[in-house]
Parts: sequence; structure tokens; C-alpha cells
Amino acid sequence: MPAEGKLTVTSDKADEQQKEAVPRRTFLHGVGLGGAVLLAPGAAAAPLTGDGMAAAGPGPAPLILIVNGKTHKLQLEPRVTLLDALRNSLDYTGAKKVCDRATCGTCTVILDGEPVYGCTVLAIEAQGRDIQTIEGLSASGNPHPLQQAFVEHDALQCGFCTPGLVMACKAFLNKNRYPMAEQVQSELGGNICRCGAYPGVRQAVLDAARKL
Amino acid sequence: MPIEYTWAPPEDGRLYGGLRIDRIDGPDKAAGRAQYSCDRNLPAMLVAKLVTSPHAHARITKIDTREAEKITGVRGVEIMRRPGTEIQWAGAEIIAIAAETEDIAQDAADAVRIEYEVLPHLVKEENLAKAGARVKPGTDKTEGNPSQAFQTADVVHEGYYGCSTVAHCCPEPHGQVVDWQGDDVIVYASTQGIGAIGAELSKILNVSPSQVRVITPVMGGGFGSKHSIDTWGVACAKLAKRTGRPVKLMLDRGQEMMVAGARPSLYGKVKVAAKKDGTLTAYQSESWSTGGMSGHAVPPLPYLIEPPNHSTRHSFVSTNTGPARAFRAPNHPQAAMLTMCAYDDLAAKLKMNPLEFFRKNVGLTPRPEVYRTQLDKAAELMAWKANWRPAGEDPTPGPMKRGLGISIHTWGGGPNSSEVRVTIHPDGSVVAECGTQDVGTGTHTALAIVVASSLGLPVSGVQVKIGDTLYPPSGTSRGSSTVGGVAAAARRAAKFALVKLKEAAAPALGVTGDANPQIESRFARLAVKVDFSRQMSWRQACNKLGARSISVVGRQPQPEGGKLADSGVGGVQMADVSVDTETGLITLNKMVAVQDCGLVINLKAAESQVYGALIMGISQALWEERIYDEASGKLLNADMEFYRMGGIGDFGELVVHVMTGVYDERGVIGLGEAPVISPGPAISNAVFNAIRIRVPTLPLTPDKVLSALAGKQRGSA
Repeated sequence: MPAEGKLTVTSDKADEQQKEAVPRRTFLHGVGLGGAVLLAPGAAAAPLTGDGMAAAGPGPAPLILIVNGKTHKLQLEPRVTLLDALRNSLDYTGAKKVCDRATCGTCTVILDGEPVYGCTVLAIEAQGRDIQTIEGLSASGNPHPLQQAFVEHDALQCGFCTPGLVMACKAFLNKNRYPMAEQVQSELGGNICRCGAYPGVRQAVLDAARKL
Repeated sequence: MPIEYTWAPPEDGRLYGGLRIDRIDGPDKAAGRAQYSCDRNLPAMLVAKLVTSPHAHARITKIDTREAEKITGVRGVEIMRRPGTEIQWAGAEIIAIAAETEDIAQDAADAVRIEYEVLPHLVKEENLAKAGARVKPGTDKTEGNPSQAFQTADVVHEGYYGCSTVAHCCPEPHGQVVDWQGDDVIVYASTQGIGAIGAELSKILNVSPSQVRVITPVMGGGFGSKHSIDTWGVACAKLAKRTGRPVKLMLDRGQEMMVAGARPSLYGKVKVAAKKDGTLTAYQSESWSTGGMSGHAVPPLPYLIEPPNHSTRHSFVSTNTGPARAFRAPNHPQAAMLTMCAYDDLAAKLKMNPLEFFRKNVGLTPRPEVYRTQLDKAAELMAWKANWRPAGEDPTPGPMKRGLGISIHTWGGGPNSSEVRVTIHPDGSVVAECGTQDVGTGTHTALAIVVASSLGLPVSGVQVKIGDTLYPPSGTSRGSSTVGGVAAAARRAAKFALVKLKEAAAPALGVTGDANPQIESRFARLAVKVDFSRQMSWRQACNKLGARSISVVGRQPQPEGGKLADSGVGGVQMADVSVDTETGLITLNKMVAVQDCGLVINLKAAESQVYGALIMGISQALWEERIYDEASGKLLNADMEFYRMGGIGDFGELVVHVMTGVYDERGVIGLGEAPVISPGPAISNAVFNAIRIRVPTLPLTPDKVLSALAGKQRGSA
């Protein structure tokens, strides 16, 4: 569910905003959905490594994620994946966990312009980088042409893999402004749709490319 | 005058029957806004993980959860199977642990110590000789006089065919969020039957059914495997009760693959006989299968085309594998393998074109005319007559050999029991409520289309509310039964509600007597039939209701109103493959599916169902199988990298023809199951046609193709 207005914190005025308290999210953090409750006092005081860089963990450590242009300050264990951080700590639940092993693409988000499997990127790896999720695609309230094309061509059934597929298609179209059908076949193979909506997806991508 | 409930009287808006209408829930799904059970992040929610058995067959001797309970953030431990319990498959759930986060719950699950007495297991069933006492007799039935028929037949063929168990691999894993509110419990479950699992849970928890509410507006795929609350649903509810916090428990992918659903295998020796002209006279099979430890429904052999003389003997093999669950057209794909492939081999022995052979023998099905029409249509779409050659006679030089194959199938798809409430409000708004669930098939949209059509409104004029047990009850979405059930119930509710509205509007339209036949509702206007100058908008008519809404519940089944739904569909599929005789790789060039389903509600969703079924069927024909290791008893590919499913570029050209306008008078019939049945045998037959050797079992992996080719070479040397 989209995050606007629900989430705690933005970068510059983090402390201030935290005080303003957005009830649900603050509450979630309070009870530990984001792991924050488990932050033992002083746990974030990480030791220095040899080259002077702070080593994070194993306990929760501070982390900044920039999602759809919005900055979020979190306390997360370094082992937390980007997907889990998005879904569990920030309530961006569009990207889904299916295979959890970088095979099915249902967790696809766009990181610095590249499609990535959110299940195999650590949240700390994504720190400070530009993270685009499905929620950001229609943030203005208007659906993206790709999303419209998915509906028109019935490129979805149960819809569970759809957010990941849409993001993979978005990244594909960013790089292939005028794609050939063969490219769609060969370059979008990283997303599995169990309902088998591929014929609609193929048409939707080509159709959206014409309209973009 | 009685109300006309049946489909297609002239005043209907007729949005059904052949239009392609966008899914109403499409925009939310494409925007990532649709909230699935696993997306629910409730305030104060805990997350639970399971501890499962690493052994395929063992007795639990000791459970020690002390280390797990010491971990900060662990809030509840539920022992699901106690010491002394015999475990019958790897992955069996033993303990559920709830904690503040998923990672902590997993840490705790990893810290549990369980000791087992390991017992001997059997996880493979294809080699029946090794199954010993695990073989349990199933059925043995005979019709006619098979032995005499085989003796007097002109041609007899014997062969061996089969298919492995395959997994549902639902994208959204099984699981739920349970939220107790006092003595009431809300379950957000990934399920195909909100009513059924609510009832099941209320019994287990010993609470009144009225205290259990199940909410499932959308769900991420079930394919037959999500009909039960399951042990993990019960454990989740108990943990939520005990901790006083909402609890989310979703299976992880490995558990999903191991325990949450599989299609039983089927292997068998088949003998078939025909006259010289190709008329089938006899079928005989000795088959076996596994569905895990317990048996399952006996496959319907011979499948669909029943020669007058047949005998079938089936046995079950109890294996220590994750149990079978209903899977899209249960038992039909396997039975079709053991029938259509044998017939295809017999046709080759007769030197007959399989198209002619099947055309000749569809007289032995319940609906010969349907299949003849469909065979002709499919042959046209495949250009069968131009492209077919006798087996192994592709003249193309080089290692790539091309072939065509056919299979035919049937399914019931009769309506489930459903109630739909249609409410027309004085402001003109219309709400349709039904305690059904949309498993991805388009139920939500189908309801809107039926109600809008019946009232003379656009689809956007109807708000549909489903996926909540507070709405009128509806059956589980199984066996392609949903669309018939909800469409018929919605039709009755809407038509009756419209009569009430016409009666309310009659005085203002100057109509006296029976209002219904005198007024028609089309294009959101009510008009007097004999004088169109007397008309008013839908909203104006609704305003005449004053302060009272019209609310009508329609039912399926319901004695009045005639037959709105039916059962029994037919389908024909043809495959065009290329086989690389050097690598064993099969490429699907093209597949044609011709399918009937009675009256089509939404052609767009219907076509998507057929495409999706084809893709699932092709994937299971070529790549999918659960691979068990006899030494360890483990499922080796309990993941998605080695349990292979096809991606967007793997399926060649797919041609779908849903028959519209031909069988409308039969009413609505479900469509989800039927088209998944034929891809296996059609592709197997195409591979045979390409290389003139049968690759006997699915999936048709390269190793099997190469060993079949090697066997053929040895045979001819």
C-alpha cells in the first residue's frame, strides 16, 4: 500500500517529523515491525573496520532508503533484504516475495535505473540510491501507460506477479524505446507468471511503447 | 406474467456473450494497490514461521524449544505435532513460532532442536517393482468383453505412458493473517473458499461460525490447492489468540513446494485395439499413481473416448511425499496422457492421419458433434492438412525434426451454490454482494457484467463487493464452478430487482397493470415499450423509490427462473513442435486451442483463461516435475530455479479460439480447468510425429528424448 503520508521520516527533518508522529507507522515501528523495537540501547554504535569504515550489525543499524523520491530513515539489521525493508518496514507491499531466490522476478524494483530482484539485494546495498517501486509509477494518481496497457490487454489474472512484471517492463522500455517483439521475448524472461498472462504482457509492452 | 430470467431476451444490455471487457480489478492490480493476504501489515502484528521435518519418514522423539524461546522478540510457540507423532513426508510442519519480525521468527525456528527416530521411506513410484507393500489396490473394472475384442481386432497396440507429480507453485504462498477482536476472529487468508475455511476454522476453534470472518478481496493463485484452513491456519489462529496480537504466517517457497500441493502422478501400461478402418474397439490399462501417503480419486480411464470394450485396473502407491491436492482439472491431464497417446500410437500403426482417426472416434464421446466441429476448426487454425506428415517423415535436412499432435478433453464446470444480493439505491447506485472470491479468473468482473447487463446499465454502473464472508454465501472456487454459480444467482437477483424498480417507476410513466412487460430498461433509461416518448433516466426511476432501497437475493440453484448454467464442455488442442535430435531439446512452435464453455460472460477473461491454461499445461508437459531423491527422501527442487516453469519467450505462437454464440442456450459453464488437460498428450503426440518414437513420460526433458532416440537406434540396428 502506498506510503504517502503514512511513513515516519524524511531525511533533513527527520527528528522533527518523527515528533509529529504519523500514528500507524510510528506504531508499527514501536512494536517492532521494522525491527526498531529490538534495537538494544547502543546497538547501533558499530565498531570501526580497518579502513575506518563503520561496520554495521549484527544488530539494527541506521539506514536511509530513498523510495520513489522520498527519503526514509530506518533502523534495520544489515541482513534485511531490500524487499523485506520495503514490504515490512515501509509498507510498500507492491513488490512481492515469491521465490526469495532471484528466480521469479516478482520482487522486481528499479535501483538506479536498473531492474533488480529485491529479494537478493540487501537494504544496506540500496542505501542512498534511487529506488523506484510500483507505488511510484502512478503516484500522481494517473496510471502509467504501461499499467493501462496491462489492463487493456488483460496482462494479468491473479495479479500477484504483476507489480514485478510492470517494473521489469518499465526498466526494459527505459532502455528499449522502440522494442521489437523478439526483444520482449528474450529480455523479459526473468519474470514468472503462474497464471500464464504472457500473451497479454507481450502486447501490453509493445502497445505501451507506442504510447510513451 | 412470469419474469424472464433466461439469458438473451432482447431487452438485455447484452454485455455478455462475446464482448471483451477490461477487468474491474485490473487497475488496482497493475498499480500494486491490490492488497493480498501476505500484504496485510496490521498494527502490532507478529510474524510466524514454521519448523518442518527434514526427514521423509520419521517419528518425533523429542522437541526442545528452550533456545528458541530465549531469543529476544519471540512471543509464542505452537507445537503442531508432538513427540510420538509419525512424520510421513519431508517438510511436514511441526512447530509454529511467532515473533516480532520474520527474521527473528526464522532465527527461533532454526534454534529449535527436534530429535527423530528415522524410519524407512519410499519417495519414488515409477518403478512399481520397488514399491512392494506400498502398493494399494484401487479399482478394477470391466465393460464389454475386452479379451475377445483384442483377439478379434485388426490392429492392437501396447505402450507405456505416464507423467510425474507436478507442483501448484502458487505465487502467493499458502497462509493468512489472523486478527482476534475479542471473541471474534478475522482471517485474511489466501484461499479459494472464504466460506469453507471460515466454517472449518470455527469447528476447530469451537467458536460459532458467526464469530469467524474471512476476508479475501484478491488472492495470488491457488489452482486447486487452497481449499482448506490447513494446519498452519489453525496454528496461526492459536498463536494470535494466545499472544493477543494479530499474527501473519505465510509458508516459505520451500514449504510451499514440499507440502502445499501437487498433482498426483500416473503411469501405466495401455493396450488398445481397432478395426482396419480405425474404429476403436478396446482399451485396457494397468496403471498406478501416487498422491503421497493416501490415495486420491481414480483417474477416469479410458479418457473421454470410450471404446465399447474396456478394462482398467488402478493401484495407488503410498509414498513419503508431500500430499496431492486438487489441481486444475484433477486427474484429467494424467488420464488424457494414458489415453490420447495410446490412440495416437495406434493411429500410426494403422497408418492413419490422427486427425481422421480422432474424427472417426469422437462418436465414442458424449458430444461427438462438438468435437467434430472443434477438430475442424483447430485443423484449420493449425493448417493441419498442409503441414501434417506421417511420423518421422519430416524431409527437412539436419537435426531439427518437426511434428504435429492432437489431443481432446472434457470437463464439467457446473455451477456451485451461490447467493448474490443486488441492491438498487434511490440515488441510482447499484451494489452486488457475494461471498465468493476472485482467484484470478475474473469473477469480480463477471458479476458486474451480469448485473449491469440484466439491469440495462453500463458495467461502471454496478459496484461489486466480494471476498468477505459478511456477504451472502457462495461456494468454494473449485472445478470451474464459480462463474456458473455466481452468474446464475446474480442474474436472478438483478432481474427480480429490476421488476421492483419498474413497479416503482410505473406510475410516473403512466403505466398501469403489470409493469414488467410494459417497461424496458436499456442504456440506463427506463421507457414504455409502446410509447418511447414516456421514459426516464435510471436515476430518475430510482428516485421514485423514496427512502427505500430495493434489495434482492438471487440463488443458484433456485427452482424458478429456468436453467441459467450447465455442465460439460469440450476442447481440442493441436501442437506443432520441433525436436532437436542432437540435443533432445523440444521447441514449441505453435499451439492451437479450440474450446467451448456455453455462454461466455466476458470473452477477454475467457481467452485469458485458455491462454493461461495452455501455458501451464505446456510448462508441465516440457519442464515441470517434482524430483525426489530416494537416498535422502528430500524434494530436490523445492524452489523455483530447479522446478522449472516457462517464461514469456518459451511458448511459441499460441492460438486460442473460444466458441461464442454456438452453445449460448446451454447457459454459463466454467472454463478454468478444461484447457489445461490436453497440452501434455498433444505435445507428446507431436514429438512422436516428429521423431517416430514415443517419449513415454512427461515432462519431455532432453535426456528422455535422447534416450528414446538411442533406444530407437538400438532397435533398428
